Amino acid sequence: MEEQLHAAVAAILRQYDHRRGNLLPVLQAVQARLGYLPPEAMEQIASAFGVPPVDVYSVATFYAQFRLKPPGRHQFKVCLGTACHLMGGHTVLDCFERRLGIKEGETTPDREFGLERVACVGCCALAPVVVVDGRVEGRVSPTRVDGLLLSFSLEKSRRETPATPTNGGGGSPYGA
Amino acid sequence: MVHEAYRRLRRQAEEKLAARQKRPLIMVGTATCGRAAGALNVLAAVKEEVARNGIDAAIAEVGCLGHCYAEPLVIIRHPGFPSLCYGWVDEDKARRLVVDFLQHGDPCFDFALAALEPNDLFPTFAEYPRGVYEKRIILALCGLIDPEDIDQYLVHDGYAALAQALTMAPERVVAEIKEAGLRGRGGAGFPTGIKWEVCRRAPGQAKYVIGNADEGDPGAFMDRALLESDPHQVLEGLAIAAYAVGARQGYVYVRAEYPLAVARLQKAISQARARGLLGQSVLGSNFSFELEIFQGSGAFVCGEETALIASMEGRPGIPEPRPPYPAEYGLHGQPTLINNVKTLAYVPHILRHGAAWFRRIGTPGSPGTAVFALAGKVAQTGLVEVPMGTTLRDLIFGAGNGIKEDKKFKAVQIGGPSGGCLPDTALDLPIDFDSLQEAGAMMGSGGLVVLDEDDCMVEVARYFLEFTQKESCGKCTFCRLGTKHLLDRLTAITRGKGKDGDLEFLQELAEDVREGSLCGLGKTAPNPVLTTLRYFYHEYEAHVREGRCPALACKDLIAYYIVPEKCSKLCNVCLGSCPAEAVQTRPDLLKVIVQEKCVKCNSCLVACPPQYRAVVKLSPPQDGT
Repeated sequence: MEEQLHAAVAAILRQYDHRRGNLLPVLQAVQARLGYLPPEAMEQIASAFGVPPVDVYSVATFYAQFRLKPPGRHQFKVCLGTACHLMGGHTVLDCFERRLGIKEGETTPDREFGLERVACVGCCALAPVVVVDGRVEGRVSPTRVDGLLLSFSLEKSRRETPATPTNGGGGSPYGA
Repeated sequence: MVHEAYRRLRRQAEEKLAARQKRPLIMVGTATCGRAAGALNVLAAVKEEVARNGIDAAIAEVGCLGHCYAEPLVIIRHPGFPSLCYGWVDEDKARRLVVDFLQHGDPCFDFALAALEPNDLFPTFAEYPRGVYEKRIILALCGLIDPEDIDQYLVHDGYAALAQALTMAPERVVAEIKEAGLRGRGGAGFPTGIKWEVCRRAPGQAKYVIGNADEGDPGAFMDRALLESDPHQVLEGLAIAAYAVGARQGYVYVRAEYPLAVARLQKAISQARARGLLGQSVLGSNFSFELEIFQGSGAFVCGEETALIASMEGRPGIPEPRPPYPAEYGLHGQPTLINNVKTLAYVPHILRHGAAWFRRIGTPGSPGTAVFALAGKVAQTGLVEVPMGTTLRDLIFGAGNGIKEDKKFKAVQIGGPSGGCLPDTALDLPIDFDSLQEAGAMMGSGGLVVLDEDDCMVEVARYFLEFTQKESCGKCTFCRLGTKHLLDRLTAITRGKGKDGDLEFLQELAEDVREGSLCGLGKTAPNPVLTTLRYFYHEYEAHVREGRCPALACKDLIAYYIVPEKCSKLCNVCLGSCPAEAVQTRPDLLKVIVQEKCVKCNSCLVACPPQYRAVVKLSPPQDGT
């Protein structure tokens, strides 16, 4: 596991020359590959760049984009820009927090769902907006939150019990 | 030489596109806002239907037309008909349009929003209120051309200004921008020509130009739409800027939250390079220019020039005192020109039409147009480009078509977290850099959020302080601790825990934070507090003295009730809408809200059918019921 991680980071480090100006692009690439920035990866990057690990850590913690904990299989980013805030973005965030039992910035213990807030995704005309696994959803209501979670949990149960035969008609995602 | 190279490119583009003119063309707006409304499903439906019926038509993806309220948008150009734009298109409508219009020649006027060119059959956008107030310069091609096809930009005089600039002396290009009176569209309104001149004169071995699209203002999306819809316009402006100041290397600094903008920009750069419009010896001249994208990592403060440079040098984005200005001592210690991407987008137009043309638009102090992102409670949200000097009233009630659901206008928040909230008495203010500053707000980059009677001004001030407090880099004490104290006090007030003396404290501390901070973030962070105190003092007083939120918005100060006389008893809509199982049915079938369970999400109030309107909210909460 650790070796895999080391190899993945090393492969990214080979694509960039190690001047300080490339630190953000490298961190972005590593996060894109691993989903977050584990401490081992930050140390590896620091030694490649010839800077103390604390320098890499200070950059990683300064910018909102970087995650120090693993994300969920499904990542929800609730937009809390001005327009989304006025149109009920906080209510949407509350709904996710209540249903998932986690706070923003956290991941459910089974690592199925992660919840984040973002400052603005620039889709203000369609507020309130949630980015679901990189796809932007507009005009999200509390009932839509329940719908999203329901469909993902159905998908999960299908994934875990793939052998279960469906009862003929099949098809309906809300069945059973 | 340069002109000849340009004419050749232009001719090739025209020939390629002329061949397509004869076929019908379906354009689907797939900028991020369109995608959020389902444009990709529409696109898939169009493709499938065209293929299934064997229709000979081209399908293209275009950017944002600015009419975001009507997304997803589809434009159909069918020879023999005016080009028509359709709004609120879903998959079924898309299939119908393909079959009815392209196969049977019925243009489905019922679904049409507007025609694109004057005709006898259908009104154009120019005949709508928005069209009357708008003057499109940098948005002119947005939503009408394929951003991933450089030839479509070329046939609309694209890169002509670059070719022209390359035959002028760089000093002359700088002088033209200076004469035009172009001011920075990032927010502060600094004269662009002067910035260019300082950078041109500064000694340095390598100079840099940076297009700033680190659009961090929540509630603003102009830069995103511009890069997703017409990226070449920005590249052309950047190349001209580089030539004018003597730079060979440029960057576009884009927010990480804009993946589609990055992708389209990347494609635009590689196409421009392939045509010899970027790279070694541009258009055969001896000017060489390389361009790269740098992705920001989500820090609002990086919109500030020195913080932006710090992040590009691999450091936390903490601003430095100025002077020295980046134009003299910037990226890697070299003279660096940083302009907002909207500012750069004006540059090709100014060179093509001349400084005098630009000066004739707008006001003497702020020539040109302004691009606004209308959002919030305005009826027609989206992107609007109006001449400077247009009043807020014309913008909101004219171009934006008033307030949603005919509610009462309360305030307009302009300039994002650095701006302020202006009341209805400010509606006749002409919008330009100077008049807004006097009113206590600022132009900002163009985010304009409209608030109605349901929005609480104290809560809005709290929201912005929450934002700036989170985004403060922590360098200056007043910004780091002052915003925290402002936020804590505002939070207490919105929860009904305000005390006597709070409002005086807020006023005093807000002024101190403004004085005691180094960069724009801290200097302007108190603006939302100061403007709401100035214009909406009575709302603060109601919270502090009576524990009442006049707008019925602060969750701790309101409660939801079902009026027994109005409840139908037999309808269960509220019950189903509640995400917290707080609505329950009594033995006599009346619905009641269990206050301990209610999360105040407003769902039941929205869900209750209009013939009953049985759900009400009251502030302060009443006992009993």
